[in-house]
Amino acid sequence: MCLGIPGKIIAITDAARLMAMAEVSGVRREVNVACVAGNDLEALVGAWTLIHVGFAMSLIDEDEAARTLEALRDLGEAQEALEQMAAADEALA
Amino acid sequence: MSAPSLKFASEFRDPAAAKVLLAAIARKADAIGATRAKPVHIMEICGGHTHSIFRYGLDKLIHDGVEFIHGPGCPVCVLPMARVDECVEIAEKPGVIFTTFGDAMRVPGHRKSLIQAKSAGADIRMVYSPLDALELARRNPGREVVFFGLGFETTTPSTALSIQQAAREGLTNFSVFCNHITVPEPIKALLDDPDMTLDGFIGPGHVSMVIGIHPYDFIAADYGKPIVVAGFEPTDLLQSVLMVLTQIAEGRAAVENQYGRVVPEHGNPVSLAAIADVYERRPSFEWRGLGEIDASGLRIRLRYAAFDAEEKFGIGYATGRRNVPEMEGCACGSVMIGKLKPTQCPQFGKGCSPEMPLGALMVSSEGACAAYWQYAGAREAAE
Amino acid sequence: MALRDTHVTMAHGGGGRAMRDLIDEVFTSVFQPPGSEDQARLMDAALQQPGARLAFTTDSFVVTPLEFPGGDIGKLAVCGTVNDLAVGGARPLWLSAAFIIEEGCEIALLRRIVASMAAEAALAGVRIVTGDTKVVDRGKGDAVFITTAGVGVIPPGVDIGAQHIRPGDAVIVNGVLGDHGATILAARGDLALSVDLLSDCAGLGHLMQAVLAAAPGLRAARDCTRGGLASALNEMAAEAGIAVELEETALPLRAEVAGVCELLGLDPLYLANEGRLVLFCPAEQAEAALAAMRALPEGEGACIIGRANTGTPGRVTLRTAFGGARLVDMLVGEQLPRIC
Repeated sequence: MCLGIPGKIIAITDAARLMAMAEVSGVRREVNVACVAGNDLEALVGAWTLIHVGFAMSLIDEDEAARTLEALRDLGEAQEALEQMAAADEALA
Repeated sequence: MSAPSLKFASEFRDPAAAKVLLAAIARKADAIGATRAKPVHIMEICGGHTHSIFRYGLDKLIHDGVEFIHGPGCPVCVLPMARVDECVEIAEKPGVIFTTFGDAMRVPGHRKSLIQAKSAGADIRMVYSPLDALELARRNPGREVVFFGLGFETTTPSTALSIQQAAREGLTNFSVFCNHITVPEPIKALLDDPDMTLDGFIGPGHVSMVIGIHPYDFIAADYGKPIVVAGFEPTDLLQSVLMVLTQIAEGRAAVENQYGRVVPEHGNPVSLAAIADVYERRPSFEWRGLGEIDASGLRIRLRYAAFDAEEKFGIGYATGRRNVPEMEGCACGSVMIGKLKPTQCPQFGKGCSPEMPLGALMVSSEGACAAYWQYAGAREAAE
Repeated sequence: MALRDTHVTMAHGGGGRAMRDLIDEVFTSVFQPPGSEDQARLMDAALQQPGARLAFTTDSFVVTPLEFPGGDIGKLAVCGTVNDLAVGGARPLWLSAAFIIEEGCEIALLRRIVASMAAEAALAGVRIVTGDTKVVDRGKGDAVFITTAGVGVIPPGVDIGAQHIRPGDAVIVNGVLGDHGATILAARGDLALSVDLLSDCAGLGHLMQAVLAAAPGLRAARDCTRGGLASALNEMAAEAGIAVELEETALPLRAEVAGVCELLGLDPLYLANEGRLVLFCPAEQAEAALAAMRALPEGEGACIIGRANTGTPGRVTLRTAFGGARLVDMLVGEQLPRIC
């Protein structure tokens, strides 16, 4: 089962049961944070996690996300450069 | 009007980036000589990936020389009919509240689907999370609440954590009908199948956030095939295809992680610990279309037997094997492992349609047949 | 005030004094129907115009929960009936309202529902002129079911319907999609979602009149209730024998509704709306139609979302933001939240 959606932890609701409030685009649902809780539960507030069937299952690595997007941008620039070179070649031919 | 922005999702749906990726894929496919007649076969293992491919029309947009083979990573699709029959049997017992994810409700059993059993009076309720089933058990102390634990490793930990929570609270009216299965074993079975031609894999993103990327090492090391663990947004998928093609072009076979923002290399320690605590591997498990596969299904350990519906109700593997044949003419097994395309199944659009499904692939929202029918307009070919 | 009960009992359905008191105090004192016979006796000059036609519709309302953010079953009943008339080009005139009430239903709840209905009827310019009350045993109903019938007049010269749709026509909706469906899902509680959403429930009679005046060539209109926009479009396309192509980037959606759909794996095209219509309009009149709609609160989000074309008759497709295309089919069964 794969449907997971990134959601932000906005509050701890039940520390004993490891439950927190998560928000996805204005929709709030209590989720279990056992998988992502470190020693300090409160530190989770503000973190982005991958939510699946009511559990926060993984912390989203924001740096990795940025790196993935950067790789896509680089590819785009490389492509543009290639296209410009190809156009220049044609103009010379 | 612009679509609402979902952080960490919308950025990976950028059409401009998709165009760039499609062009790069085209160049790479040309470089390795992939054509429509002789395509590169890339299997996306996970049903969620199948769904994304069709939702965004990627199969139509991608270079002709790249062919997606839709793999068995749809836990509803691989459910043998016997298991559905057993769900219905449990649900029909007096006092039982049977809870399940929505996806499983329409799968046909030998007699009935769960949704048909519901209309005949069984108390069957759809839940979003096993936590909701737990809450039902707390609120209904006089009823037996059973949760249908379905899914690959993505969902396995949440069921395990719920069982652990039930044990801590001393609940006596909560149990799980465990149908959790694992990804690496059926992949090995497919790789061992001489009829399968596979050149590379798109690895399941959310299964991997639990188990990490090393369980797939054998695919590259022993079988020499590239595998890229992918996210579910369209640019994730396209970037992953590009990474697979790049490996093929360079004559490499390795496990790579495109979905690093969610998938940690070694998976999630809490999830893995909960799985180890609650479950053990069954010696073998029956898969629709693949037959019995060793060590591919999970059962609840003895220490948690009080939460095992099979033990509580004396059903399923607890009683030994029961052989229930699949519906005649149903080719779900072959379609599900990519041997047949949905449109090649003789029942597609004739004996089998979403209104009257013969098998799970037409009913499950991730099934290849449902995707073809719903998104790809394949029914015109059938009609 | 003769009615001292707080909850409805079987006596209130018995036909005797208790029932009389309930009807008088809760229903007729608020709705104020003309006369007190079993039937309303009515005439409107517009009906007598040569070429005018009577429009007649019926509907039942069984929503749970009865009260939800943005409305209740009563508001739904009036708006739903008014809209069924309005999308046929009719000016809604009179409604009937029959109530099936479960024993034990709070009378205060009934009063709130009736107040909603009266308010909506006044807004829509219709009168609730006749009705009925029945009480069923506890456990045999869902607190309140409402069945309505509605009557309106289609002026001479107005003839809209799916059969008039032509390739090239613009497909227009009056605002963001799925608010009602998402609100109800969240309000039902079993999915434990909380979200700041209101049902879009609204009467669209005035909106339709405005559009007809501004774009007299309007082809067809339908309201997008159960089954959502997708179902309405599939029906219209099939009847008209044309194809429809929607633009994904043009579909208006609130962020919260997108969030609910993403979380549950639902497609917003299939979510119910109770204040949304979809209409087909000749391309050259689309701007005029939009301007007329945007001038009213219930039309402020009006926009073009696609076109009718000469593709496979009955087929509705969506052009994705990627330039890909996918089918938008009729819903099969109920839309179940997806986990995968």
